[in-house]
Amino acid sequence: MELLVATGIGALTAAGVYLLFRAQTFPVIIGLAFLSYAVNVFLFAMGRLAIDAPPIYSPDVKVYTDPLPQALVLTAIVISFGMTALIVVLALRGFLESGDDGVGARERADSESGRTTATDTGLEPGAAAASERGV
Amino acid sequence: MNHLIIAPILLPAFTAAFIVLALRDDLRLQRIVSGVATAALLALGIYLYALAADGETRPYLLGNWPVPFGIILVLDRLSALMVLLTGILGLVVVAYASGGWDEKGRHFHALFQFQLMGIMGAFLTGDAFNLFVFFEVMLIASYGLMLHGGGPARLKAGFHYVTINLIGSTLFLFAIGLIYATTGTLNMADIARRSAEVAAGDVALLRVGALLLFLVFALKSSLAPLHWWLPTTYGAASAPAAAIFAIMTKVGAYSIIRMHAMVFGPEAGEIAWTAAPWIIPAALVTLLVGALGVLATRRLVDLVAFSVVWSMGSLLVALGLFDVEGLTAALYYAVHSTVAAAVLFLIADMVTRRRGASGDALRTAPPVGNDALLSGLFFVAAIAMAGLPPFSGFIGKLLILDAARASAYGPWIWALVLVTSLVVIIGFARAGSTLFWKAQAVGGGLVAAAPPPEREFDTPRKETGAMRLSVYALLAFAALLVVFAGPATEAFEATARQILDPAGYVAAVFDPAIVPDWSR
Repeated sequence: MELLVATGIGALTAAGVYLLFRAQTFPVIIGLAFLSYAVNVFLFAMGRLAIDAPPIYSPDVKVYTDPLPQALVLTAIVISFGMTALIVVLALRGFLESGDDGVGARERADSESGRTTATDTGLEPGAAAASERGV
Repeated sequence: MNHLIIAPILLPAFTAAFIVLALRDDLRLQRIVSGVATAALLALGIYLYALAADGETRPYLLGNWPVPFGIILVLDRLSALMVLLTGILGLVVVAYASGGWDEKGRHFHALFQFQLMGIMGAFLTGDAFNLFVFFEVMLIASYGLMLHGGGPARLKAGFHYVTINLIGSTLFLFAIGLIYATTGTLNMADIARRSAEVAAGDVALLRVGALLLFLVFALKSSLAPLHWWLPTTYGAASAPAAAIFAIMTKVGAYSIIRMHAMVFGPEAGEIAWTAAPWIIPAALVTLLVGALGVLATRRLVDLVAFSVVWSMGSLLVALGLFDVEGLTAALYYAVHSTVAAAVLFLIADMVTRRRGASGDALRTAPPVGNDALLSGLFFVAAIAMAGLPPFSGFIGKLLILDAARASAYGPWIWALVLVTSLVVIIGFARAGSTLFWKAQAVGGGLVAAAPPPEREFDTPRKETGAMRLSVYALLAFAALLVVFAGPATEAFEATARQILDPAGYVAAVFDPAIVPDWSR
């Protein structure tokens, strides 16, 4: 079972890291989700793997599992859930406002390049804006 | 137990909730409540600092749970100092934001109070997982503050910022898992006590955990090569947000001190000083990268952001010495650089406002509405940041250089600190002369090529009196840091000694006198 859990965590982490290096926001978010799953299982396993052992006291039970990692995982799940929601909204807003799903800052340079060239020629800012509008 | 120890966390928490629930439509009342609460927070900070000045370490048991089982808060000199610094910065930033920035989006004051809550919690907690939780509180609020004002550029930078910090949080959890698995505890004092006795087979795992933790804190304190998020984020954030973020890099530095100078410090047995071989070389690279950024950037706010990276390099060089002199210098420099960075962000915002459509691009533009006052403020703040006498940066740098004499890295530290200081001075001098002196030379062939400005303000606007007052207050504090440099260094030296004495910390936390009486 140790081998299964360990390879599972490894595969999740590898997939997450790979997706984080993509240049679109959507794969990056999925990658973050993979990473947070990996860390949740990892935290869970840090209390040692035990089968058929409850974490909470009851009179007729002899073997317990460590309850603390379970509490930690719960906190971690809540936080990563909230964060995933936030970053999805952020990515959507970014996409809607700039019309581009890229992670880089390319879009800003493109949309304003006309203005920069106009300024390069030494025109007054007003004239630059006017030439941009085709006046 | 002194119940006021938890007050710096509860006060902003309740203030934030109250603002969201009761005052969401009344900006004027929001400003008053937020301002009054932050002033009270500063008063609390002063009280706690005075309380901790006797050198005693005071644990606070939440829910009165006995020590290794419950979460504890710990007030010692270090946490009291950081709480006080946050209080000062918070009050100034709230005053500045009330001058108009808080109208540019909803919930500025609520987010700001949550931000303060997270920062205060991170400084006060004595539990590693609780530190993670307060990091999250702080970061979640900072995501909101970073996006305050909106706009595509901020959204793009915000996505980067959130992503990098989520990765950081994941690493934090991995690190905590490893530490818990090997030591069986998350209480910092307990980790310090037990890490020397970890089973031989687990030492490597614990070392990995400690180094992952260091990686997270290095990311927060923008240690090269993990600094790239900082200029983008701070450059895109609104001015008051950037100013309060100046303390967030120090949260990273504080955590390195707390975990790697104290918990995994002198008494941690085999894993003592795990982070020490990495920190100084990386900090030296940070110095270099920050200074080159200052020289290369073409926007004023980016320039200030890179100077923050550079100042973090200086701070971490001193911190990385991990001795009393180094930590004293690091603490002095931390206080100085927080104030200097915040005041520079605020002044940069004033300049941006007055230049209207030209924004903060470093190119000649119509004159910045007179002003001897504004250029004078920029001059003073830039000198303080760059570390020229007679301001606080100079004393901080002197302390760092003095502390580095005994180190094996001594020559490197001297060379890089001094050379990069010169580069930063050149960068600021060039920016200042472009902004203020060449202002009339607009038109003709003199217009330099520059990236398009961030146009927050299309028409030039003057800053309000409250804004100017908050800048004066920060500069006055920096001046006090110079006037009282003697007593301040003495206090910081006592703080450094307390940090490097984990046994004292452990003894205070496990003091049998504070074990709760459950017989009642």
